[in-house]
Amino acid sequence: MRKSISLCLLALGLSVSQLFAHSGDSTKLASKAILPDADNAGLKLPAGFGALKVADSIGRARHIAITDKGTIYVKLARLVNGKGIVMLRDNDGDGRAEEKGSFGEFGGTGIAISGKWLYASSDEEVFRYALTPEGSLVNPMSPQKIITGLINRRQHESKSIALDGKGNIYVNIGAFSNSCQEKDRGKGAKGMMPCPILDSAGGIWKFDTEKSNQTYGDGKRFATGLRNVVGLDWNKQNNQLFVMQHGRDQLHDLFPDLYDEKASAEKPAETMYALKEGSNAGWPYIYFDPELKQKIVAPEYGGDGKKVSTDPAFQDPAIAFPAHMAPNALLFYTGNQFPAKYKNGAFVAFHGSWNRAPLPQEGYFVAFVPFENGKPTGQWEIFANGFAGVEVVTGTRGAQHRPCGLAQGPDGSLYVTDDSKGTIYRIMYNGK
Amino acid sequence: MKRIRIFLMMVLVCLVTKLSAQSPKPISKSVMENGKTIYLSRCLACHQVDGGGVPHLNAPLDGASAVIAADKAKLIRIVLKGYSDRVEIDGEYYSNNMSAHADLKDQQVADVLTYIRNSWSNKATAVTAAEVKAVRAKLK
Ligand code: HEC
Repeated sequence: MRKSISLCLLALGLSVSQLFAHSGDSTKLASKAILPDADNAGLKLPAGFGALKVADSIGRARHIAITDKGTIYVKLARLVNGKGIVMLRDNDGDGRAEEKGSFGEFGGTGIAISGKWLYASSDEEVFRYALTPEGSLVNPMSPQKIITGLINRRQHESKSIALDGKGNIYVNIGAFSNSCQEKDRGKGAKGMMPCPILDSAGGIWKFDTEKSNQTYGDGKRFATGLRNVVGLDWNKQNNQLFVMQHGRDQLHDLFPDLYDEKASAEKPAETMYALKEGSNAGWPYIYFDPELKQKIVAPEYGGDGKKVSTDPAFQDPAIAFPAHMAPNALLFYTGNQFPAKYKNGAFVAFHGSWNRAPLPQEGYFVAFVPFENGKPTGQWEIFANGFAGVEVVTGTRGAQHRPCGLAQGPDGSLYVTDDSKGTIYRIMYNGK
Repeated sequence: MKRIRIFLMMVLVCLVTKLSAQSPKPISKSVMENGKTIYLSRCLACHQVDGGGVPHLNAPLDGASAVIAADKAKLIRIVLKGYSDRVEIDGEYYSNNMSAHADLKDQQVADVLTYIRNSWSNKATAVTAAEVKAVRAKLK
């Protein structure tokens, strides 16, 4: 008995010490060719690209961050064995992680690296952990709590984060509502005027990375009128925050006289915004119609499905996508591994829709959005597809994998997480 | 001999009546059709065509223990009052708000519940308009 306990303690000690100390020799990045899986991990990719599974079944993998030496950190929505952040390392250079650790006693979505810090969020708070030069944690047991007390009403509750590298952290606080109706999702219910939710949610808040225990009073509402943002990234070319909004849903269920099922499945657009301090994207008063290419007054606020909003307060999207595909991650690609056209463009992970029923669901892919001079060109294309594992997704439950997080590895590989089966994909370019 | 035969006959009759009382009344096609119409217009968006719901967002109805349970009053309350209790459902949590459907008539609530209790892999007794009426009266 004694012996087994001490063995146990030894094992525990070892796994903790692995998190603390790590020699940098493991990252033999690109030193030998990393071969993709024979089936490209089940993904459909453009010519010249290959993919492999870095890890599988790690839990509900949401966002992902990678250090400059290649250590991967993944935030889990729900704890696995009491831990909410998974660390993965590929020590033998074959691209697949064989070393795995976990820490952090909170579930959540956001995770990001800036300078020597790893930032991670629960659905109410943001923490940070100091990193060693090798990318290990200085102290996995005691992170610094930098933000606390953010609203979590169990709808659009994830707190995604982005950093500008200049001492500011941007946090999404999603609206705990679909369209700010007097009764959330009540058939025909009117919108509240003004929408009281916007005081504490439905926007992006800005905080100081260097201060502990900040809450609403210490931060600043940076942008408003954003129903829910899960994917956001700092664009280093423009020095600007870009976000992907999840558009409202149930137009037909709530206003059947104004929208038929098809209109409801195809409106409103999912939208990308280039934000400035004070930006207002217009939720819940308007939505962006992908067909009319206009901001339309929401039916809860006197709209009839066609009435165009002329309110100058509301910003136009930088680019619009088909409805309901649920953009859960945004990443500006700054690497050199992929062909030149990808440089400084954006990848968007679409988690996949549910609110297009009875029409088939859409999304479940990673899209590429080319940029020129810091602006989207207006085109976009599917980059990686096949996550769902089925041709047509009728019920969301049928999708095998759902893309949720994106990160760029030090060698320019693109990493994609899946919060359904907990798969981590690595996509590489090996064409010439 | 004759006595025994009569006795056996009586036992048989008893058994048959007992059995027929236990097995649920077959559910009429029209109830299922009405229920489906309501399901398509009111529930489908969230609970999906296959009753599978949306992982972590909208609870599944197919295979859900509460949906096929004997406690019909709970199901009736969920439809009439909406549901956003965020309690654990078969080991998972769901983070959407289900709105109230109190504008549905008693018969419509009964039919849609009978429909979800007898679709996909589910099998359970029907819900009647009288049961809905009783629960609705208590909610007021
Ligand atoms: C706006 C989305 C939405 C709509 C529309 C909707 N539901 Fe729900 N339903 C939910 C959510 C979300 C839950 C779980 C709520 C929670 O956990 O707090 C739920 C839970 C339930 C449950 C309980 C399941 C269990 O296992 O405990 C039943 C029964 C149910 N819904 C039936 C219906 C019926 C019948 C309709 C149509 C009349 C309907 N729902 C319409 C979202 C919806």
